[in-house]
Amino acid sequence: MYETKYHRASTVSDAATMLKNADDGKLLSGGQTLIPTMKQRLAAPSDLIDLCHIGEIAGIVKQTDGSIRIGAATCHADVAGNADVKAALPGLADLAGTIGDPHVRHMGTIGGSIANNDPAADYPAALLALGATIETNKREFSAQDFFTGMFETALDEDEIVTGVVFPTASNTAYAKFPNPASRYAMAGVFVARTSAGARVAVTGAGQNGVFRMPDMEKALDGNWSADAVAGIAPSADNMLSDLHGTSAYRANLVTVMAKRAVAASS
Amino acid sequence: MTAEGIGARVLRKEDKRFITGNGRYTDDVTMQRMGYAAFVRSTHAHARIKSINTDDAMKMPGVDAVLNGHQLVADGIGNIICGWMIHSKDGSPMNMGAYRALESETVRYVGQAIAVVVADTQQQARDAAEAVVVDYEDLPAVIDSLDALKEGAPQLHPEAAGNLIYDWELGEEAQTDEAFANAAHITRMDIDNNRLIPNPMEPRAALAHFDPSEEHYTLYTTSQNPHVARLVLSAFYNVASENKLRVIAPDVGGGFGSKIFIYPEEIACLWATKRVGRPVKWTSDRTEAFLTDAHGRDHHSIAELALDENNKITGFRVKTVANLGAYMSLFSSSVPTYLYATLLSGQYNIPNIYANVKAVYTNTTPVDAYRGAGRPEATYVVERMMETAAKEIGMPPAEFRRINFIREFPHQTPVIMAYDAGDYEASLNAAMKVIDYDGFAQRRTHSEAAGKLRGIGISCYIEACGIAPSQAVGSLGAGVGLWESAEVRVNAVGTIEVLTGSHSHGQGHETTFAQLVSDRLGLPTDSISIVHGDTDKVQMGMGTYGSRSGAVGMSAIAKALDKVEAKAKKIAAHLMEASEGDIEIGNGELKVTGTDRKLTFTEVALAAYTAHNLPEGMEPGLKEGAFYDPTNFTFPAGCYICEVEVDPDTGVVSIEDFVAADDFGTIINPMIVEGQVHGGLVQGIGQAMLENARYDEDGQLLTASYMDYTMPRAGDVPSFTLETTVTECPGNPLGMKGCGEAGAIGSPPAVINAVTDALGIRDMNMPASPNRVWQLIQDNGLKQAAE
Repeated sequence: MYETKYHRASTVSDAATMLKNADDGKLLSGGQTLIPTMKQRLAAPSDLIDLCHIGEIAGIVKQTDGSIRIGAATCHADVAGNADVKAALPGLADLAGTIGDPHVRHMGTIGGSIANNDPAADYPAALLALGATIETNKREFSAQDFFTGMFETALDEDEIVTGVVFPTASNTAYAKFPNPASRYAMAGVFVARTSAGARVAVTGAGQNGVFRMPDMEKALDGNWSADAVAGIAPSADNMLSDLHGTSAYRANLVTVMAKRAVAASS
Repeated sequence: MTAEGIGARVLRKEDKRFITGNGRYTDDVTMQRMGYAAFVRSTHAHARIKSINTDDAMKMPGVDAVLNGHQLVADGIGNIICGWMIHSKDGSPMNMGAYRALESETVRYVGQAIAVVVADTQQQARDAAEAVVVDYEDLPAVIDSLDALKEGAPQLHPEAAGNLIYDWELGEEAQTDEAFANAAHITRMDIDNNRLIPNPMEPRAALAHFDPSEEHYTLYTTSQNPHVARLVLSAFYNVASENKLRVIAPDVGGGFGSKIFIYPEEIACLWATKRVGRPVKWTSDRTEAFLTDAHGRDHHSIAELALDENNKITGFRVKTVANLGAYMSLFSSSVPTYLYATLLSGQYNIPNIYANVKAVYTNTTPVDAYRGAGRPEATYVVERMMETAAKEIGMPPAEFRRINFIREFPHQTPVIMAYDAGDYEASLNAAMKVIDYDGFAQRRTHSEAAGKLRGIGISCYIEACGIAPSQAVGSLGAGVGLWESAEVRVNAVGTIEVLTGSHSHGQGHETTFAQLVSDRLGLPTDSISIVHGDTDKVQMGMGTYGSRSGAVGMSAIAKALDKVEAKAKKIAAHLMEASEGDIEIGNGELKVTGTDRKLTFTEVALAAYTAHNLPEGMEPGLKEGAFYDPTNFTFPAGCYICEVEVDPDTGVVSIEDFVAADDFGTIINPMIVEGQVHGGLVQGIGQAMLENARYDEDGQLLTASYMDYTMPRAGDVPSFTLETTVTECPGNPLGMKGCGEAGAIGSPPAVINAVTDALGIRDMNMPASPNRVWQLIQDNGLKQAAE
């Protein structure tokens, strides 16, 4: 790791100032991707601004309209174990409980995960399927607008995610096929019945990051069953291909995981 | 048996310090004024070095020196050797390319060391190493061994035309060909053995110190054989003479073979410490471990098995191409030859065997011994062939093996080995019973009802361990003898230190070796300490690999104990005025048989050291040493059966049951042996299902981290059921055969035989990854069949 300066922010505006004052600063929100990358000398930020100790962006609140707001600095283990999340969006709690290993789940945060938008990260599938709203220190985004490509988001350089609001939904479930080595998603499918209809979002498989499966959504609107999606697969042309899975294999996994998610949804 | 003697499940004495974080590893050792080394490594698989510019690096903070291969050669540091001479079938010696600890002309694999930086901190050293500018002229690279043999392939070394290191053979070719000409059935298969990366928990490390006033060097290093390291470093690399070099291998966190060899980094640290005038430490990071620890396996084979009309095997013909990487590592030449082809008879009576092995240079990390070393490759070929041949002739695989088992001992195979003892049917029967082989058909039906494919696979392995009789290996080209030494030092108060040339890096020697002494003398293991891993303490030793520490190392201790007991009996007889022949030892006492006269072991030890009343002419003291040279290899053998279920939707293979029935001869500590078997099985299952070292066509290692190299996790393996059957090894005083490698040797074919059985196919390569299995299901139209 190259030398870097660590700063612990106590408020969001404090963090924004620190970032502005740094030569080449990076926001740190759990560091489960950034720190290993720095250890491999593949990233060399001059300053790290730690968001994890900002009280105002941590914690989970069930709001009066039934939606759930998760502060950006909330770790995965807290989401997985939260009673309100488990009751309202069990698929989201399950998803959080399958991220990495216990160490990762106690360090990694929802804000850090979505701001990084790793194409194999789990959260983007939930946000996209559930039509979540991403709140920052400047504005709000819909999930659809937020994730713009592999490791790319609509965030400005100096913008800080403060929270994610998940509207109510039913029949939420997440099925993930993990990469045998890294245990990141090779295909992770989140399904939900939302006020806007059935939603299916896929992470880990696509060349451009998280994506929706409109054909599956249509089929599920008419018939919420595993059989409804059994014959539907994304085009292999748009799938990732690597040592662990060809694009054809990933396309197959999307169908299989979608079936399993629907079957598990309740 | 005493409470802590042979056969007792004594808890490991060493675990207290390991599990409380108090182990002392090389990286834990610090010295005053210590500097840190970082290596400049090749980023190219094959390139000519046009220039190495160290100007910027030298100006960086804390940097003491940036040293390169020109200086190394100028200082007379010798090229890296290969310790086993193999001759090609035409009688010519192997073609070995020059291998320098720091390369300054042509690099031949990604990660090869080019220069070393010494700085005040590790961080500074790494920063400076990054600032060294190497100007490369790219050369075409070749990665696969079959490609390397092709006409027009990139050439690695001028010494090895066509990249061929040797073209070696074993067995009678003409006779074997005749068996095939007369065969009633021939089974032929292309069989690959995938390349593996060892991944011991502790990465390699070295700390070198030079004392100018004494002209003396000390090297702390992660070695499985510190005495061999000292011998090679002094005799071949000219770093220092043996009496001026102390090598210490303190606690070592796993080796699996990869820490047998003397690597460039140890040599460079020793050389650099004198040049910079301060102790120099290097600790590998995990990426360096992936790139530079010697890899394992990597064979392509074509195997043919000839059967007569009674389904008896009449001939076995194997042609193998072994990838040795870019350079010949210390014992690399022996692995695909004498550690491989000599085991091609398996557990079977095969009258004619012929093996031809071509060893090949490629632009990849050097390949050398890795847990099992040659024997897993042999077992995989033999047991894949046995399973396939059985299916081709329509005979149950167990039955086919049964009718071909060797049943009389000793048995001379056509490939050098003389098996001394075994009962192969006993282990086959034990494994089949435990796994309820007869109930498999019903279990398969249940799986099919759930849309799953189920398969069962057998592997009957044999290995040659207890490495090795010195004269025999010498006649085959080994540069060293493979005996072991021990010294039993009884202190004046009757406590004991055992000095051994074996090295423990996870095996539990501090416990098992003490158990042997406890068994013999009846003393508690607490009063017995095992000393190892330091050339200043232990006079000489050959180290730990090849499942040899029990069969060879403990036999040396047993021999030394014989001498200690003999002298103790003489002293006791003298003191108790009895006949020496009437003295018996046990329970910490020396007794006169049939009387109540006795002395404690402590009293006899004290008498030996006070020397007030010793037999006429006897020297004081009670300390004896012994060298033990085995008369033969030992032959652990057994039967592993694996049962799998395959999810046709995803290609995921889950191991539903795995039974291992092993014959290790005498077992000192069943708990430790079970641990060894568990670890070996996980490594073998890792090879069969998960692990695979992959390069891209330019020679970049694609699996250079745990993000892509799939190490087995606890959840990937089932709970194992272990059985043991026992035929004692007649070749050593304790009847031991060795257990360290069996699991890794026997398990891969059991897994693949089970997976191919589930899929109803004949051929597949390791690892049985989900994608590969799913693709096989698609290619063979199996999914519909399952549904």
